Amino acid sequence: MTPPRLLRREAFLVLAALVASSSTASAQSIDETINAAVAAVTSPFVAFIFAPFPGTTFPWIVLWLITGATIFTLYFGFVQLWAFKHAIDLVKGDYSDPKHAGEVSHFQALSTALSGTVGLGNIAGVTVAVSVGGPGATFWMILAGLTGMASKFTECTLGVKYRNEYPNGTVSGGAMYYLSKGLAERGFPGAGRVMAVFFAICCIMGAFGGGNMFQANQVHAQIVNVTGGEASFLNERGWLTGLVMASIVFLVIVGGIKSIANFAEKIVPFMAVLYVGSCLAILVTNYDRIFWAVGQILEGAFTGLGVAGGAVGALIQGFRRATFSNEAGVGSAAIAHSAVRTNEPVTEGFVSLLEPFIDTVVICTMTALVVIITGVLEVDPATGSYVWDSAAGRIATEGNLSGVALTSLAFSKEIYWFPYLLALAVVLFAFSTMISWSYYGLKAWTYLFGESAGAETTYNVIFCIFVVIGAAMNLGAVIDFADASLFAMALVNITGLYILMPVVKREMTSYWSRLASGEIRKVT
Amino acid sequence: MSETVFVVAYDGTDEGAVTLAARHAAKEGARLHVVHVLEWSPYTFLTPQELADRHRQREADFARATDTVLAPVLERTRVGGLTVTGEVRFGNPTDVVIEVAKEQKAALVFAGRSGTLSARVFGSVASGLAQSSPIPVVIVPAQSR
Repeated sequence: MTPPRLLRREAFLVLAALVASSSTASAQSIDETINAAVAAVTSPFVAFIFAPFPGTTFPWIVLWLITGATIFTLYFGFVQLWAFKHAIDLVKGDYSDPKHAGEVSHFQALSTALSGTVGLGNIAGVTVAVSVGGPGATFWMILAGLTGMASKFTECTLGVKYRNEYPNGTVSGGAMYYLSKGLAERGFPGAGRVMAVFFAICCIMGAFGGGNMFQANQVHAQIVNVTGGEASFLNERGWLTGLVMASIVFLVIVGGIKSIANFAEKIVPFMAVLYVGSCLAILVTNYDRIFWAVGQILEGAFTGLGVAGGAVGALIQGFRRATFSNEAGVGSAAIAHSAVRTNEPVTEGFVSLLEPFIDTVVICTMTALVVIITGVLEVDPATGSYVWDSAAGRIATEGNLSGVALTSLAFSKEIYWFPYLLALAVVLFAFSTMISWSYYGLKAWTYLFGESAGAETTYNVIFCIFVVIGAAMNLGAVIDFADASLFAMALVNITGLYILMPVVKREMTSYWSRLASGEIRKVT
Repeated sequence: MSETVFVVAYDGTDEGAVTLAARHAAKEGARLHVVHVLEWSPYTFLTPQELADRHRQREADFARATDTVLAPVLERTRVGGLTVTGEVRFGNPTDVVIEVAKEQKAALVFAGRSGTLSARVFGSVASGLAQSSPIPVVIVPAQSR
């Protein structure tokens, strides 16, 4: 393996070359060069993941996600409905053993996992879904969130059950561990190992793509947006924003300056509340348009409302963006959830099903409603259908904006200073998501290469380089790679979940019968 | 006759409270039970790294508090045949002290009062106990002997 010192030097040389080339070429071409170079490498992978079924335009991976979420929902008898109240009781600490005071609580595992999932996917991703798939995408997104709760339940129960607890008291968990240990238990040790390694590789790509590049890309977009749009000094200089962000991330994950991460981690929940509060304020002031917006969502879900992809396009976008946002079936959140201190793995499964609910059913829906209600998507007054911009591959929008810039515009129509607040929220959400994902990727990396300081530094440096790349690239290319890398994780993770779901069912049945018999009681 | 127990909330500096409690315990033939609470809330936000490391960190904090805070005070107080026990727990200091006092069936709870500005503004363990303890509380000002 490459010694870290050497890699640091390589990383420095790459960055130095980037900066040096800016003196000979225009700044615009740096971003373009990065975009072209990286997109050339990632596009075959993206093409494979999003390959349609022969003779259709329907990507097989979306069907894979829908099937998984549906099977888990049915197999566990709609666990997301009947266990919902119990999940809230668990988070409140009603069943927490007082002897475990000082250990990781259900609330903490959930809030940390949420800060990894609540990010730009909720703000920018949803706008992409609605502008590409039409308002109907919201319906499918909510459905994906609701069914995804069962996938999350399955993977997080397994995450706790098969985690590694080391003699020094630290824990490591996640799909790598349940795939290798769980499958070995069921008599497939070889397959388990292969799948765990494949998952770890995909998880590293997911950390670079969704947990990093997409976040960096949209932070840059919003900073440009509030500093003057196209007239901004930073416009077309994503690499510069990227360098600044990479330096801060570097200070935290390599320099070990935990105070920055702690700050972001602690402030993100408040930003999330503020964000949802702002959405609610806009919805309340536009209460007369809410029924219309709901009508648009329902109609669009089955007719497409003039969107090129029709109802199927809405469905594809809804599932893509929901999965990207809540990561249900992806296997990533199991890494954070597995640290909880409990004797009953299934309790963390119950708690984790709240995650897609909060992330997608609540927060994403809020964003979608604001975007629809504020009318930033152009409607043809003659037909009442949306105007399709075929060059951009989405509905025509005011100012031809997309992603976070469009979300920002929607909010600014009601609250003129909101873009600045959004810029702050975006930076913090992105930052906490990057820190969480840098850790998820690191766990996968050390699973592959062993736990050593050298291996960790190598990974962390590469992670920082991807921040710069993500900020410099175009949204379209970044989002495709980000989705593809996350969905590749889901490919192997869901396969493992099918094999291991009887284990979860056993845990669930046993726990629920003991709860019913009064053997497991609330702590008074 | 059942044993009389006095509980002392000890934050590592309230020597006055411990001394006073020990004096009264000796006089009344009571057992002294020292509680040191490591402040912890299950509702704080942690990074994934802190989650993974939490159990190890908890064990380390617990061992350090036991060795450097609790053990010396127990040793200092165990003079003249006085029975002194003690424990370290995690949680909200006021709640934990009340919980321990109930478990120990304590007759009295002793707590020090620092008198710092932050204690006056945000409340302190002593004021929390004064407000919510179901067991009589003796609040000992700093420097009291």
